[in-house]
Amino acid sequence: MTLSAAENPLFEFLLRQGDNALVLGHRTSEWCGVAPVLEEDIALANMALDLIGQTQLWLGYAGEVEGAGRTADDLAFLREVYDYRNLLMLEVPNGDFGRTQMRQFLFDAFQVPWLTRLQDSTNTRVAEIAAKCLKEALYHLDRSSHTVIALGDGTEESNRRMSDALTFLWPYSGEVFKVDATDHAMAEAGVAPLPSDLHSVWLETVERVLTEACLTLPEGTFAQSGGRTGFRHTEHLGHMLAVMQTLQRSYPGAAW
Amino acid sequence: MYAQMVKSTGKGVQSRDDMSPEDKAFQDRIDRGEKIEPKDYMPEAYRKTLIRQIGQHAHSEIVGQLPEGNWITRAPTLERKANLLAKVQDEAGHGLYLYCAAETLGVSRDELVEMLHSERMKYSSIFNYPTLTWADMGAVGWLVDGAAIMNQVPLQRTSYGPYARAMVRICKEESFHQRQGYHIMIKMAKEGTADQKRMAQDALNRFWYPALMMFGPSDKDSVHSAQSMAWKIKINTNDELRQKFVDETVPQAEFLGLTIPDENLRWNDETGHYEFSEPDWSEFFEVISGNGPCNAERLSTRRKAWDDGAWVREAMLAHARKSQKRSQAAE
Ligand SMILES: [Fe+2]
Ligand SMILES: [Fe+2]
Ligand SMILES: [Fe+2]
Repeated sequence: MTLSAAENPLFEFLLRQGDNALVLGHRTSEWCGVAPVLEEDIALANMALDLIGQTQLWLGYAGEVEGAGRTADDLAFLREVYDYRNLLMLEVPNGDFGRTQMRQFLFDAFQVPWLTRLQDSTNTRVAEIAAKCLKEALYHLDRSSHTVIALGDGTEESNRRMSDALTFLWPYSGEVFKVDATDHAMAEAGVAPLPSDLHSVWLETVERVLTEACLTLPEGTFAQSGGRTGFRHTEHLGHMLAVMQTLQRSYPGAAW
Repeated sequence: MYAQMVKSTGKGVQSRDDMSPEDKAFQDRIDRGEKIEPKDYMPEAYRKTLIRQIGQHAHSEIVGQLPEGNWITRAPTLERKANLLAKVQDEAGHGLYLYCAAETLGVSRDELVEMLHSERMKYSSIFNYPTLTWADMGAVGWLVDGAAIMNQVPLQRTSYGPYARAMVRICKEESFHQRQGYHIMIKMAKEGTADQKRMAQDALNRFWYPALMMFGPSDKDSVHSAQSMAWKIKINTNDELRQKFVDETVPQAEFLGLTIPDENLRWNDETGHYEFSEPDWSEFFEVISGNGPCNAERLSTRRKAWDDGAWVREAMLAHARKSQKRSQAAE
Protein backbone atom coordinates (compact mmCIF):
# COMPACT_ATOMS: atom_id res chain seq x y z
CA MET A 1 0.00 0.00 0.00
CA THR A 2 1.26 3.43 -0.90
CA LEU A 3 2.05 5.81 1.93
CA SER A 4 0.22 9.14 2.01
CA ALA A 5 1.93 12.44 1.30
CA ALA A 6 2.14 13.15 5.01
CA GLU A 7 3.80 9.82 5.66
CA ASN A 8 6.30 10.10 2.84
CA PRO A 9 6.77 13.75 1.86
CA LEU A 10 10.05 13.10 0.05
CA PHE A 11 8.29 10.71 -2.33
CA GLU A 12 5.57 13.30 -2.89
CA PHE A 13 8.20 15.97 -3.52
CA LEU A 14 10.03 13.80 -6.06
CA LEU A 15 6.80 13.01 -7.90
CA ARG A 16 6.19 16.74 -8.26
CA GLN A 17 9.59 17.20 -9.88
CA GLY A 18 9.30 14.15 -12.11
CA ASP A 19 5.71 14.71 -13.15
CA ASN A 20 6.40 18.31 -14.15
CA ALA A 21 9.18 17.11 -16.43
CA LEU A 22 7.15 14.21 -17.80
CA VAL A 23 3.97 16.12 -18.54
CA LEU A 24 5.75 19.10 -20.09
CA GLY A 25 8.04 16.74 -22.01
CA HIS A 26 5.02 14.91 -23.36
CA ARG A 27 3.27 18.10 -24.42
CA THR A 28 6.46 19.36 -26.06
CA SER A 29 6.85 16.11 -27.96
CA GLU A 30 3.43 16.70 -29.54
CA TRP A 31 5.15 19.35 -31.68
CA CYS A 32 7.18 16.70 -33.44
CA GLY A 33 7.22 17.33 -37.19
CA VAL A 34 4.82 20.27 -37.18
CA ALA A 35 6.81 23.23 -35.79
CA PRO A 36 6.79 26.58 -37.63
CA VAL A 37 10.32 26.12 -38.94
CA LEU A 38 12.79 23.24 -39.12
CA GLU A 39 15.13 24.74 -36.53
CA GLU A 40 12.21 24.79 -34.08
CA ASP A 41 11.37 21.15 -34.80
CA ILE A 42 14.89 20.34 -33.73
CA ALA A 43 14.83 22.64 -30.71
CA LEU A 44 11.47 21.35 -29.47
CA ALA A 45 12.57 17.73 -29.84
CA ASN A 46 15.69 18.62 -27.91
CA MET A 47 13.64 20.22 -25.16
CA ALA A 48 11.35 17.19 -24.94
CA LEU A 49 14.36 14.93 -24.84
CA ASP A 50 15.90 16.85 -21.93
CA LEU A 51 12.63 16.73 -20.03
CA ILE A 52 12.14 13.00 -20.54
CA GLY A 53 15.72 12.48 -19.33
CA GLN A 54 14.94 14.55 -16.22
CA THR A 55 11.81 12.49 -15.68
CA GLN A 56 13.87 9.31 -15.59
CA LEU A 57 16.10 10.77 -12.89
CA TRP A 58 13.37 12.16 -10.64
CA LEU A 59 10.92 9.28 -10.99
CA GLY A 60 13.70 6.72 -10.75
CA TYR A 61 14.69 8.15 -7.38
CA ALA A 62 11.02 8.49 -6.38
CA GLY A 63 10.60 4.76 -6.94
CA GLU A 64 13.60 4.01 -4.72
CA VAL A 65 12.33 6.30 -1.98
CA GLU A 66 8.90 4.74 -2.11
CA GLY A 67 10.48 1.34 -1.63
CA ALA A 68 7.64 -0.58 -3.26
CA GLY A 69 9.71 -1.77 -6.20
CA ARG A 70 8.19 0.62 -8.73
CA THR A 71 10.45 1.87 -11.53
CA ALA A 72 10.30 5.24 -13.26
CA ASP A 73 8.34 3.52 -16.05
CA ASP A 74 5.85 2.05 -13.58
CA LEU A 75 5.29 5.49 -12.11
CA ALA A 76 4.93 7.13 -15.52
CA PHE A 77 2.75 4.56 -17.23
CA LEU A 78 0.69 2.96 -14.48
CA ARG A 79 -0.53 5.79 -12.29
CA GLU A 80 -3.98 7.36 -12.44
CA VAL A 81 -4.77 11.02 -12.95
CA TYR A 82 -5.19 11.69 -9.22
CA ASP A 83 -1.77 10.24 -8.48
CA TYR A 84 -0.06 12.71 -10.80
CA ARG A 85 1.59 15.71 -9.15
CA ASN A 86 2.44 18.09 -12.00
CA LEU A 87 1.44 21.74 -12.26
CA LEU A 88 -1.83 22.36 -14.10
CA MET A 89 -0.09 24.84 -16.41
CA LEU A 90 1.99 22.01 -17.87
CA GLU A 91 -0.91 19.69 -18.69
CA VAL A 92 -3.19 22.11 -20.53
CA PRO A 93 -3.01 21.73 -24.32
CA ASN A 94 -0.19 23.41 -26.20
CA GLY A 95 -2.30 25.95 -28.04
CA ASP A 96 -0.33 27.77 -30.70
CA PHE A 97 3.45 27.96 -30.82
CA GLY A 98 3.34 31.25 -28.92
CA ARG A 99 1.46 29.76 -26.00
CA THR A 100 3.81 26.78 -25.92
CA GLN A 101 6.79 29.12 -25.70
CA MET A 102 5.17 31.39 -23.11
CA ARG A 103 4.41 28.38 -20.91
CA GLN A 104 7.95 27.15 -21.28
CA PHE A 105 9.25 30.55 -20.28
CA LEU A 106 7.01 30.91 -17.21
CA PHE A 107 8.14 27.45 -16.10
CA ASP A 108 11.84 27.96 -16.87
CA ALA A 109 11.84 31.25 -14.99
CA PHE A 110 10.92 29.25 -11.89
CA GLN A 111 13.02 26.18 -12.61
CA VAL A 112 16.32 28.03 -12.82
CA PRO A 113 16.26 29.56 -9.32
CA TRP A 114 14.55 26.46 -7.96
CA LEU A 115 17.11 23.98 -9.25
CA THR A 116 19.88 26.37 -8.26
CA ARG A 117 18.68 26.16 -4.67
CA LEU A 118 18.11 22.40 -4.86
CA GLN A 119 21.80 21.96 -5.62
CA ASP A 120 22.36 22.78 -1.94
CA SER A 121 19.85 20.21 -0.77
CA THR A 122 20.76 18.21 2.32
CA ASN A 123 19.63 15.21 0.29
CA THR A 124 22.67 14.50 -1.89
CA ARG A 125 20.68 12.61 -4.52
CA VAL A 126 18.34 15.58 -4.92
CA ALA A 127 21.35 17.89 -5.13
CA GLU A 128 22.97 15.74 -7.82
CA ILE A 129 19.85 15.46 -9.96
CA ALA A 130 19.19 19.19 -9.61
CA ALA A 131 22.71 20.01 -10.75
CA LYS A 132 22.22 17.94 -13.89
CA CYS A 133 18.81 19.44 -14.62
CA LEU A 134 20.00 22.99 -13.97
CA LYS A 135 22.44 22.90 -16.86
CA GLU A 136 19.55 22.14 -19.19
CA ALA A 137 17.16 24.58 -17.51
CA LEU A 138 19.59 27.46 -17.98
CA TYR A 139 19.69 26.74 -21.68
CA HIS A 140 15.90 26.37 -21.83
CA LEU A 141 15.37 29.71 -20.08
CA ASP A 142 17.78 31.42 -22.38
CA ARG A 143 15.95 30.04 -25.39
CA SER A 144 12.38 30.53 -24.19
CA SER A 145 12.98 34.09 -23.02
CA HIS A 146 14.53 35.00 -26.36
CA THR A 147 11.60 33.46 -28.20
CA VAL A 148 9.04 35.25 -26.02
CA ILE A 149 10.86 38.53 -26.62
CA ALA A 150 11.08 37.98 -30.37
CA LEU A 151 7.42 37.03 -30.71
CA GLY A 152 6.20 39.78 -28.39
CA ASP A 153 8.24 42.37 -30.25
CA GLY A 154 7.76 40.97 -33.78
CA THR A 155 4.52 41.96 -35.46
CA GLU A 156 1.13 43.21 -34.41
CA GLU A 157 -0.29 39.73 -34.82
CA SER A 158 2.48 38.03 -32.89
CA ASN A 159 2.20 40.57 -30.07
CA ARG A 160 -1.54 39.94 -29.84
CA ARG A 161 -1.02 36.18 -29.81
CA MET A 162 1.60 36.40 -27.06
CA SER A 163 -0.64 38.67 -25.06
CA ASP A 164 -3.49 36.15 -25.41
CA ALA A 165 -1.14 33.36 -24.36
CA LEU A 166 -0.14 35.28 -21.27
CA THR A 167 -3.76 36.00 -20.35
CA PHE A 168 -4.58 32.32 -20.70
CA LEU A 169 -1.58 31.04 -18.73
CA TRP A 170 -1.34 33.65 -16.01
CA PRO A 171 -3.93 32.14 -13.64
CA TYR A 172 -2.03 28.86 -13.79
CA SER A 173 1.38 30.38 -13.18
CA GLY A 174 0.85 30.98 -9.48
CA GLU A 175 0.13 27.37 -8.53
CA VAL A 176 3.76 26.55 -7.85
CA PHE A 177 3.94 29.18 -5.08
CA LYS A 178 1.00 27.81 -3.06
CA VAL A 179 2.82 25.89 -0.38
CA ASP A 180 1.43 22.97 1.57
CA ALA A 181 2.51 20.47 4.23
CA THR A 182 4.81 18.64 1.81
CA ASP A 183 6.69 21.87 1.05
CA HIS A 184 7.04 22.65 4.74
CA ALA A 185 8.30 19.15 5.48
CA MET A 186 10.93 19.49 2.72
CA ALA A 187 11.97 22.93 3.94
CA GLU A 188 12.31 21.75 7.52
CA ALA A 189 14.43 18.80 6.41
CA GLY A 190 16.61 21.11 4.33
CA VAL A 191 15.74 19.18 1.17
CA ALA A 192 14.28 22.18 -0.65
CA PRO A 193 13.44 25.82 -0.05
CA LEU A 194 9.82 26.86 0.15
CA PRO A 195 8.73 27.58 -3.44
CA SER A 196 7.10 30.77 -2.18
CA ASP A 197 10.55 32.08 -1.23
CA LEU A 198 11.34 32.21 -4.94
CA HIS A 199 8.29 34.22 -5.95
CA SER A 200 10.04 37.59 -6.07
CA VAL A 201 13.01 36.39 -8.13
CA TRP A 202 10.62 34.63 -10.51
CA LEU A 203 8.53 37.78 -10.84
CA GLU A 204 11.63 39.86 -11.52
CA THR A 205 12.63 37.64 -14.44
CA VAL A 206 9.08 37.59 -15.78
CA GLU A 207 8.73 41.37 -15.57
CA ARG A 208 12.07 41.99 -17.25
CA VAL A 209 11.36 39.65 -20.15
CA LEU A 210 7.76 40.76 -20.64
CA THR A 211 8.85 44.39 -20.74
CA GLU A 212 11.40 43.61 -23.41
CA ALA A 213 8.71 41.64 -25.22
CA CYS A 214 6.38 44.67 -25.27
CA LEU A 215 3.87 42.78 -23.13
CA THR A 216 2.07 43.88 -19.98
CA LEU A 217 2.30 41.93 -16.77
CA PRO A 218 -1.25 40.80 -15.91
CA GLU A 219 -2.64 42.27 -12.71
CA GLY A 220 -4.59 39.28 -11.46
CA THR A 221 -3.22 37.38 -8.51
CA PHE A 222 -5.72 34.52 -8.54
CA ALA A 223 -4.03 31.17 -9.00
CA GLN A 224 -5.62 27.90 -10.07
CA SER A 225 -4.46 24.91 -8.09
CA GLY A 226 -4.93 21.19 -7.67
CA GLY A 227 -2.20 19.79 -9.91
CA ARG A 228 0.77 19.56 -7.60
CA THR A 229 -1.42 18.21 -4.79
CA GLY A 230 -3.28 15.92 -7.18
CA PHE A 231 -6.58 17.06 -5.68
CA ARG A 232 -8.12 18.36 -8.91
CA HIS A 233 -6.40 18.16 -12.29
CA THR A 234 -7.83 19.61 -15.48
CA GLU A 235 -9.84 17.39 -17.82
CA HIS A 236 -6.87 17.34 -20.17
CA LEU A 237 -4.57 15.14 -18.11
CA GLY A 238 -6.80 12.09 -18.45
CA HIS A 239 -6.66 12.31 -22.21
CA MET A 240 -2.90 12.72 -22.15
CA LEU A 241 -2.48 9.66 -19.95
CA ALA A 242 -4.89 7.61 -22.08
CA VAL A 243 -2.54 8.19 -24.99
CA MET A 244 0.73 7.94 -23.08
CA GLN A 245 -0.19 4.80 -21.17
CA THR A 246 -1.98 2.88 -23.90
CA LEU A 247 0.60 0.15 -24.49
CA GLN A 248 1.45 -0.46 -20.85
CA ARG A 249 -2.24 -0.63 -19.98
CA SER A 250 -3.22 -2.80 -22.94
CA TYR A 251 -0.44 -5.36 -22.55
CA PRO A 252 0.24 -5.69 -18.82
CA GLY A 253 3.66 -7.07 -18.04
CA ALA A 254 4.98 -6.99 -21.61
CA ALA A 255 8.55 -5.76 -22.10
CA TRP A 256 9.29 -3.38 -24.96
CA MET B 1 15.23 5.43 -52.40
CA TYR B 2 14.66 8.75 -50.60
CA ALA B 3 15.19 10.16 -54.07
CA GLN B 4 13.19 7.97 -56.44
CA MET B 5 13.02 8.27 -60.21
CA VAL B 6 14.96 11.51 -60.37
CA LYS B 7 14.88 12.78 -63.92
CA SER B 8 18.14 14.00 -65.41
CA THR B 9 18.30 15.13 -69.03
CA GLY B 10 16.25 12.27 -70.41
CA LYS B 11 18.62 11.99 -73.33
CA GLY B 12 21.01 9.39 -72.03
CA VAL B 13 24.67 10.03 -71.39
CA GLN B 14 25.90 13.00 -73.34
CA SER B 15 28.65 11.94 -75.71
CA ARG B 16 31.99 13.73 -75.54
CA ASP B 17 31.56 14.99 -79.09
CA ASP B 18 28.49 16.95 -78.06
CA MET B 19 30.20 18.55 -75.08
CA SER B 20 31.50 22.09 -74.90
CA PRO B 21 35.14 22.39 -73.81
CA GLU B 22 33.99 23.36 -70.28
CA ASP B 23 31.70 20.37 -70.08
CA LYS B 24 34.50 18.09 -71.21
CA ALA B 25 36.79 19.47 -68.53
CA PHE B 26 33.99 19.05 -66.00
CA GLN B 27 33.39 15.42 -66.96
CA ASP B 28 37.15 14.77 -66.77
CA ARG B 29 37.21 16.07 -63.21
CA ILE B 30 34.38 13.72 -62.29
CA ASP B 31 36.08 10.80 -64.01
CA ARG B 32 39.24 11.50 -62.02
CA GLY B 33 37.15 11.30 -58.83
CA GLU B 34 37.45 14.99 -57.97
CA LYS B 35 34.74 16.69 -55.95
CA ILE B 36 32.74 19.49 -57.52
CA GLU B 37 32.36 22.45 -55.16
CA PRO B 38 29.63 25.16 -55.25
CA LYS B 39 31.78 27.80 -56.94
CA ASP B 40 33.15 25.42 -59.59
CA TYR B 41 31.85 25.28 -63.12
CA MET B 42 29.03 22.79 -63.61
CA PRO B 43 26.65 22.14 -66.51
CA GLU B 44 23.15 23.48 -65.94
CA ALA B 45 21.65 19.99 -66.31
CA TYR B 46 23.94 18.65 -63.56
CA ARG B 47 22.90 21.45 -61.25
CA LYS B 48 19.19 20.99 -61.96
CA THR B 49 19.30 17.22 -61.53
CA LEU B 50 21.12 17.58 -58.23
CA ILE B 51 18.58 20.08 -56.95
CA ARG B 52 15.81 17.59 -57.76
CA GLN B 53 17.67 14.75 -56.10
CA ILE B 54 18.84 16.56 -52.96
CA GLY B 55 15.52 18.36 -52.62
CA GLN B 56 13.59 15.11 -52.81
CA HIS B 57 15.91 13.59 -50.25
CA ALA B 58 15.47 16.58 -47.91
CA HIS B 59 11.67 16.48 -48.24
CA SER B 60 11.74 12.77 -47.43
CA GLU B 61 13.55 13.45 -44.17
CA ILE B 62 10.98 16.10 -43.25
CA VAL B 63 7.85 14.17 -44.20
CA GLY B 64 9.58 11.12 -42.73
CA GLN B 65 9.22 12.67 -39.27
CA LEU B 66 5.47 12.13 -39.42
CA PRO B 67 4.98 8.34 -39.46
CA GLU B 68 7.29 7.97 -36.47
CA GLY B 69 6.08 11.14 -34.81
CA ASN B 70 2.76 9.32 -34.80
CA TRP B 71 4.06 7.07 -31.99
CA ILE B 72 6.16 9.42 -29.86
CA THR B 73 3.25 10.20 -27.55
CA ARG B 74 2.47 6.48 -27.24
CA ALA B 75 5.97 5.09 -26.79
CA PRO B 76 5.76 2.29 -24.21
CA THR B 77 8.68 3.29 -21.95
CA LEU B 78 10.54 6.47 -21.12
CA GLU B 79 13.66 5.11 -22.77
CA ARG B 80 11.82 4.21 -25.99
CA LYS B 81 10.19 7.63 -25.98
CA ALA B 82 13.59 9.31 -25.66
CA ASN B 83 15.10 7.12 -28.40
CA LEU B 84 12.28 7.83 -30.79
CA LEU B 85 12.40 11.55 -30.07
CA ALA B 86 16.14 11.55 -30.71
CA LYS B 87 15.63 9.67 -33.96
CA VAL B 88 12.98 12.01 -35.28
CA GLN B 89 15.16 14.93 -34.23
CA ASP B 90 18.00 13.42 -36.26
CA GLU B 91 15.73 13.21 -39.31
CA ALA B 92 14.90 16.90 -38.97
CA GLY B 93 18.64 17.54 -38.78
CA HIS B 94 19.18 15.50 -41.95
CA GLY B 95 16.57 17.63 -43.67
CA LEU B 96 18.44 20.71 -42.56
CA TYR B 97 21.86 19.52 -43.84
CA LEU B 98 20.29 18.57 -47.15
CA TYR B 99 18.43 21.85 -47.62
CA CYS B 100 21.74 23.58 -46.90
CA ALA B 101 23.46 21.41 -49.52
CA ALA B 102 20.72 22.29 -52.02
CA GLU B 103 21.08 25.98 -51.21
CA THR B 104 24.69 25.87 -52.42
CA LEU B 105 23.19 25.15 -55.86
CA GLY B 106 21.25 28.39 -55.85
CA VAL B 107 17.80 27.39 -54.63
CA SER B 108 16.45 28.57 -51.29
CA ARG B 109 14.89 26.36 -48.64
CA ASP B 110 11.64 28.32 -48.89
CA GLU B 111 11.49 27.71 -52.64
CA LEU B 112 12.03 23.99 -52.12
CA VAL B 113 9.38 23.83 -49.40
CA GLU B 114 6.97 25.66 -51.65
CA MET B 115 7.60 23.10 -54.40
CA LEU B 116 6.89 20.26 -51.97
CA HIS B 117 3.62 21.86 -50.88
CA SER B 118 2.51 22.53 -54.44
CA GLU B 119 3.40 18.92 -55.34
CA ARG B 120 5.98 19.97 -57.90
CA MET B 121 8.56 18.02 -55.90
CA LYS B 122 8.17 14.59 -54.39
CA TYR B 123 9.35 12.71 -51.34
CA SER B 124 9.93 8.99 -50.88
CA SER B 125 6.93 6.72 -51.44
CA ILE B 126 7.64 4.91 -48.16
CA PHE B 127 6.37 7.76 -45.99
CA ASN B 128 2.91 7.44 -47.49
CA TYR B 129 2.28 4.25 -45.54
CA PRO B 130 0.66 4.36 -42.10
CA THR B 131 2.29 3.29 -38.83
CA LEU B 132 -0.32 1.22 -37.05
CA THR B 133 1.31 -0.48 -34.07
CA TRP B 134 4.43 -0.04 -31.97
CA ALA B 135 6.07 -2.80 -34.02
CA ASP B 136 6.01 -0.39 -36.95
CA MET B 137 8.60 1.68 -35.09
CA GLY B 138 10.78 -1.40 -35.18
CA ALA B 139 10.01 -2.20 -38.81
CA VAL B 140 10.60 1.37 -39.97
CA GLY B 141 13.98 1.59 -38.26
CA TRP B 142 15.04 -1.86 -39.37
CA LEU B 143 13.75 -1.80 -42.96
CA VAL B 144 13.32 1.85 -43.94
CA ASP B 145 16.46 3.22 -42.35
CA GLY B 146 18.14 -0.01 -43.43
CA ALA B 147 17.18 0.58 -47.06
CA ALA B 148 18.19 4.23 -46.77
CA ILE B 149 21.66 3.17 -45.64
CA MET B 150 22.08 0.89 -48.67
CA ASN B 151 21.57 3.87 -50.91
CA GLN B 152 23.33 6.52 -48.89
CA VAL B 153 26.58 4.77 -48.06
CA PRO B 154 27.69 4.86 -51.73
CA LEU B 155 26.45 8.45 -51.99
CA GLN B 156 29.18 9.47 -49.56
CA ARG B 157 31.38 9.22 -52.66
CA THR B 158 29.07 11.28 -54.85
CA SER B 159 30.70 13.92 -57.05
CA TYR B 160 29.10 16.97 -55.47
CA GLY B 161 31.12 17.97 -52.39
CA PRO B 162 28.40 19.43 -50.14
CA TYR B 163 26.11 16.47 -50.87
CA ALA B 164 28.84 13.92 -50.18
CA ARG B 165 29.74 15.60 -46.90
CA ALA B 166 26.09 15.76 -45.80
CA MET B 167 25.87 12.02 -46.53
CA VAL B 168 28.83 11.22 -44.30
CA ARG B 169 27.14 12.84 -41.30
CA ILE B 170 23.77 11.34 -42.14
CA CYS B 171 25.00 7.77 -42.63
CA LYS B 172 26.43 7.55 -39.13
CA GLU B 173 23.06 8.40 -37.65
CA GLU B 174 21.08 6.19 -40.01
CA SER B 175 22.95 3.08 -38.95
CA PHE B 176 22.18 3.94 -35.34
CA HIS B 177 18.50 4.22 -36.28
CA GLN B 178 18.62 0.88 -38.01
CA ARG B 179 20.05 -0.84 -34.94
CA GLN B 180 17.51 0.85 -32.69
CA GLY B 181 14.67 -0.36 -34.91
CA TYR B 182 16.05 -3.86 -35.02
CA HIS B 183 16.30 -3.86 -31.24
CA ILE B 184 12.59 -3.07 -31.01
CA MET B 185 11.97 -6.05 -33.29
CA ILE B 186 14.13 -8.32 -31.12
CA LYS B 187 12.17 -7.31 -28.04
CA MET B 188 8.87 -8.01 -29.72
CA ALA B 189 9.47 -10.81 -32.19
CA LYS B 190 12.07 -12.85 -30.35
CA GLU B 191 11.49 -12.13 -26.68
CA GLY B 192 7.94 -10.83 -26.73
CA THR B 193 4.49 -12.16 -25.87
CA ALA B 194 2.21 -13.78 -28.45
CA ASP B 195 0.56 -10.39 -29.04
CA GLN B 196 3.89 -8.71 -29.61
CA LYS B 197 5.03 -11.42 -32.02
CA ARG B 198 1.84 -10.99 -33.97
CA MET B 199 2.38 -7.23 -34.17
CA ALA B 200 5.96 -7.75 -35.35
CA GLN B 201 4.95 -10.15 -38.13
CA ASP B 202 2.12 -7.88 -39.18
CA ALA B 203 4.52 -4.92 -39.41
CA LEU B 204 6.90 -6.92 -41.60
CA ASN B 205 3.99 -8.02 -43.79
CA ARG B 206 2.96 -4.42 -44.38
CA PHE B 207 6.43 -2.88 -44.76
CA TRP B 208 8.31 -5.49 -46.77
CA TYR B 209 7.17 -4.57 -50.28
CA PRO B 210 7.02 -0.81 -49.63
CA ALA B 211 10.64 -1.12 -48.41
CA LEU B 212 11.62 -2.88 -51.66
CA MET B 213 9.88 -0.10 -53.58
CA MET B 214 12.12 2.48 -51.91
CA PHE B 215 14.86 1.62 -54.40
CA GLY B 216 12.60 2.52 -57.31
CA PRO B 217 11.73 0.41 -60.34
CA SER B 218 14.47 -1.29 -62.30
CA ASP B 219 16.55 1.37 -63.98
CA LYS B 220 19.00 -0.73 -65.93
CA ASP B 221 17.53 0.76 -69.11
CA SER B 222 16.80 4.23 -67.73
CA VAL B 223 18.34 7.13 -69.67
CA HIS B 224 18.02 9.34 -66.59
CA SER B 225 19.97 6.95 -64.41
CA ALA B 226 22.70 6.47 -67.01
CA GLN B 227 23.41 10.20 -67.11
CA SER B 228 23.26 10.46 -63.30
CA MET B 229 25.73 7.60 -63.02
CA ALA B 230 28.10 9.26 -65.47
CA TRP B 231 27.96 12.34 -63.24
CA LYS B 232 28.48 10.15 -60.16
CA ILE B 233 25.42 11.49 -58.41
CA LYS B 234 24.05 7.98 -58.60
CA ILE B 235 26.49 5.17 -57.89
CA ASN B 236 24.58 1.88 -58.19
CA THR B 237 21.53 0.74 -60.11
CA ASN B 238 18.28 0.33 -58.24
CA ASP B 239 18.35 -3.44 -58.78
CA GLU B 240 21.85 -3.78 -57.35
CA LEU B 241 20.86 -1.94 -54.21
CA ARG B 242 17.59 -3.84 -53.84
CA GLN B 243 19.41 -7.15 -54.14
CA LYS B 244 21.95 -6.09 -51.54
CA PHE B 245 19.13 -5.08 -49.22
CA VAL B 246 17.32 -8.41 -49.62
CA ASP B 247 20.54 -10.37 -49.11
CA GLU B 248 21.23 -8.58 -45.86
CA THR B 249 17.68 -8.47 -44.54
CA VAL B 250 16.55 -12.06 -45.04
CA PRO B 251 18.97 -13.55 -42.45
CA GLN B 252 17.97 -10.79 -40.03
CA ALA B 253 14.32 -11.76 -40.41
CA GLU B 254 15.24 -15.40 -39.86
CA PHE B 255 17.07 -14.49 -36.67
CA LEU B 256 13.91 -12.75 -35.47
CA GLY B 257 11.79 -15.79 -36.31
CA LEU B 258 9.72 -13.73 -38.73
CA THR B 259 8.54 -14.79 -42.17
CA ILE B 260 9.18 -12.57 -45.18
CA PRO B 261 5.85 -12.38 -47.02
CA ASP B 262 7.18 -13.82 -50.27
CA GLU B 263 6.56 -17.43 -51.34
CA ASN B 264 9.19 -17.16 -54.03
CA LEU B 265 11.96 -16.16 -51.71
CA ARG B 266 14.83 -18.64 -51.94
CA TRP B 267 18.60 -18.73 -51.77
CA ASN B 268 20.33 -19.32 -55.10
CA ASP B 269 23.63 -21.12 -54.59
CA GLU B 270 24.87 -20.34 -58.08
CA THR B 271 24.38 -16.59 -57.97
CA GLY B 272 25.08 -16.31 -54.25
CA HIS B 273 21.97 -14.16 -53.88
CA TYR B 274 18.37 -14.52 -52.80
CA GLU B 275 15.67 -14.74 -55.44
CA PHE B 276 12.62 -12.72 -54.51
CA SER B 277 9.35 -11.37 -55.89
CA GLU B 278 9.19 -7.88 -57.28
CA PRO B 279 6.83 -5.53 -55.48
CA ASP B 280 3.61 -4.52 -57.21
CA TRP B 281 4.88 -1.64 -59.32
CA SER B 282 1.41 -0.44 -60.17
CA GLU B 283 0.94 0.24 -56.46
CA PHE B 284 4.23 2.13 -56.45
CA PHE B 285 3.13 4.35 -59.35
CA GLU B 286 -0.18 5.04 -57.63
CA VAL B 287 1.66 6.03 -54.45
CA ILE B 288 4.07 8.39 -56.14
CA SER B 289 1.29 9.97 -58.13
CA GLY B 290 -0.56 10.80 -54.93
CA ASN B 291 -2.77 7.79 -54.27
CA GLY B 292 -0.90 6.11 -51.42
CA PRO B 293 -2.72 5.43 -48.16
CA CYS B 294 -1.37 8.59 -46.51
CA ASN B 295 -0.34 11.00 -49.29
CA ALA B 296 -3.17 13.44 -48.72
CA GLU B 297 -2.75 13.35 -44.97
CA ARG B 298 1.03 13.77 -44.96
CA LEU B 299 0.92 16.72 -47.31
CA SER B 300 -1.93 18.43 -45.54
CA THR B 301 -0.14 17.98 -42.20
CA ARG B 302 2.98 19.63 -43.63
CA ARG B 303 1.02 22.41 -45.31
CA LYS B 304 -0.93 23.10 -42.14
CA ALA B 305 2.25 23.21 -40.06
CA TRP B 306 3.76 25.66 -42.55
CA ASP B 307 0.66 27.88 -42.67
CA ASP B 308 0.11 27.81 -38.91
CA GLY B 309 3.74 28.79 -38.43
CA ALA B 310 3.66 31.71 -40.87
CA TRP B 311 3.04 34.29 -38.13
CA VAL B 312 6.00 32.94 -36.16
CA ARG B 313 8.39 33.15 -39.11
CA GLU B 314 7.16 36.67 -39.92
CA ALA B 315 7.52 37.77 -36.31
CA MET B 316 11.05 36.36 -36.01
CA LEU B 317 12.05 38.21 -39.15
CA ALA B 318 10.40 41.45 -38.01
CA HIS B 319 12.10 41.20 -34.63
CA ALA B 320 15.49 40.59 -36.23
CA ARG B 321 15.04 43.66 -38.43
CA LYS B 322 13.93 45.83 -35.51
CA SER B 323 16.84 44.68 -33.35
CA GLN B 324 19.27 45.46 -36.14
CA LYS B 325 17.81 48.96 -36.52
CA ARG B 326 17.98 49.53 -32.77
CA SER B 327 21.60 48.49 -32.57
CA GLN B 328 22.48 50.69 -35.54
CA ALA B 329 20.71 53.64 -33.90
CA ALA B 330 22.67 53.04 -30.72
CA GLU B 331 26.01 53.19 -32.48
FE1 LIG C 1 17.47 10.49 -42.12
FE1 LIG D 1 15.65 8.33 -42.71
FE1 LIG E 1 16.94 7.62 -40.03
